Amino acid sequence: MYPENYRYTKEHEWVLADGDAGTIGITDHAQQELGDIVYVDLPKVGTHVESGKTFGSVESVKAVSDIYSPVSGEIVEINESLADAPEKLNTDPHGDAWLVKIKLTRPEEIQNLMSASDYQSYIGAEK
Amino acid sequence: MSDQGMNESRMVHGDKITKVTTHLSQNEALLFERSSPGKKAYQLPELDVPAVDAAEALGAENVRAEITDFPEVSEVEAIRHFTRLSTWNYAIDYGMYPLGSCTMKYNPRINEVVARTEGLAWAHPYQPESLSQGCLEVMEHLENALAEICGMDAVTLQPAAGAHGELTGILLIRALLEKRGNPRKKILIPDSAHGTNPATAAIAGYAVENIKSSETGGVDLAALEQLVTSDVAALMVTNPNTLGVFENNIVRVAEILHKKGAMLYMDGANMNALVGIARPGDFGVDVMHLNLHKTFSTPHGGGGPGAGPVAVKKVLEPFLPTPRLRRSGKKLTFDYKRKHSIGRVKSYYGNFGVLVRALAYILAHGGPGLKNATMDAVLNAVYIRKALEPYFDLPYKSPNMHEVVFSDDRQSKLGVRTGDIAKRLIDYGFHPYTVSFPMIVHGALMIEPTETEGRLEIDSFINAMIAIAGECETDPQMVKNAPYNTRTSRVDEVTAARKPVLRWKP
Repeated sequence: MYPENYRYTKEHEWVLADGDAGTIGITDHAQQELGDIVYVDLPKVGTHVESGKTFGSVESVKAVSDIYSPVSGEIVEINESLADAPEKLNTDPHGDAWLVKIKLTRPEEIQNLMSASDYQSYIGAEK
Repeated sequence: MSDQGMNESRMVHGDKITKVTTHLSQNEALLFERSSPGKKAYQLPELDVPAVDAAEALGAENVRAEITDFPEVSEVEAIRHFTRLSTWNYAIDYGMYPLGSCTMKYNPRINEVVARTEGLAWAHPYQPESLSQGCLEVMEHLENALAEICGMDAVTLQPAAGAHGELTGILLIRALLEKRGNPRKKILIPDSAHGTNPATAAIAGYAVENIKSSETGGVDLAALEQLVTSDVAALMVTNPNTLGVFENNIVRVAEILHKKGAMLYMDGANMNALVGIARPGDFGVDVMHLNLHKTFSTPHGGGGPGAGPVAVKKVLEPFLPTPRLRRSGKKLTFDYKRKHSIGRVKSYYGNFGVLVRALAYILAHGGPGLKNATMDAVLNAVYIRKALEPYFDLPYKSPNMHEVVFSDDRQSKLGVRTGDIAKRLIDYGFHPYTVSFPMIVHGALMIEPTETEGRLEIDSFINAMIAIAGECETDPQMVKNAPYNTRTSRVDEVTAARKPVLRWKP
């Protein structure tokens, strides 16, 4: 369910990093909690984001939730396909429905994030 | 019974009743679709002056050609259209409206009688002050009453509703801090807050920092102590909070803020739990707003606009919006010349008709009456909590005040979520409670009965909730497809949000 090579935040985002190239998304647990997602608000390419700060939001029929960046860096690409098909976040949050690609300015920040097994016990405890 | 005497949508076949068509009242076309050229719902007297060509008199560029296809119907068609639509509505005049955090209390008819008093209803905002003394006195009286109820020093009646009051309040804080030399950067907001609080802070130019609630649902003092730095302008707190739990540490919270030169803002959305019992000004609040359409029984939407007066301590008074009421002897005037004022936040003097209704409510109750209303509101909520606790999970066990928040934990294990239970409640004739808020409760059912309800109505609500809890066990799929007894069955909220159709086309 939760890919081993991803790193996870307490706010339910994931990041996949290779050197300074990263991909960010929200977790399957997040999409389950939000319910049917109807809109995704993403930053512009070139935006600088700080780890732990919000860079966008996800709106479901229940609520609007901020997206917190797991790492610091510059947004280099956003997933344009989510504008027309936000429902992909409900069906494939760890794959096709990634949110943004980022150039990490401090790749070592990855070390502060949770592993797949840590994250699973974290959401188990939260419930 | 003769055939004519029956509901025309039904026919009797032996002992079986079947629908033959949809009754008119259940299937109302848009007014645009009823239009027929030349029909009118008005009659004008014959023209007794020479006709004027509008394009010639006003300039051709001011004659709009693009407004076409306005509905043309007769008077009786217009009346029937809106009367039928009104029967689709749920209203506080129809039954219990337990929408948590909204304080859907009954709007007493005396308010309407008073608001229709000729001298008040027909007053014009440009009338000279000397001819508006009655209206000004109504406002002065209400300002004083609200200041007394809140334990504050001054009140502005201008803001049009709660969120507008919040913004006004935070702008007052910003103005004071600016005058002291540094507006600061951040506003702290608990994670149980109404969504309007962070929106207000952002619009007023502040960054928002969240504080997690403690296990009992209150502000975590240790976390607060750490977060309050010289960058923090204020904490926005709702008390009692959105769990209906009174913030027991509120005096301590105020001290922590004041020690660092920060202010305490209180969202007065839940004042219905405090009026006549406790005064925010006495427990350290510097500025707060009230929702007259919640606590003070003026209509919510539809029936009239809201009002969100802001009450402040003396230190913030110089910054209040202009004009301010000023009394010299027997005469009341408007004071526009206040150099520290943040300026107007609304045209004229607030939603005056609403202010009249709120004052009527306050005076009809009197001090002891207001206190009684508060105690009844809390009693009703506690009564519901005790009756429903065996059937629904209660995540925060602290004593609740005017509202109670359950979670759908037990029911969701059977596949039924809070939204499904709410839809099923419609079948039992009640307006749903507040669904999925506050966010700190998983699958929240937020119930606020207000003092309006007597025991009979509350008991039938409780019985409905217990019956639904039973249905969740025996037939969860049935509950998930509710409602059934309504004009429209379950609507597709997801498609409506993903692919909204915002404009009617013929």
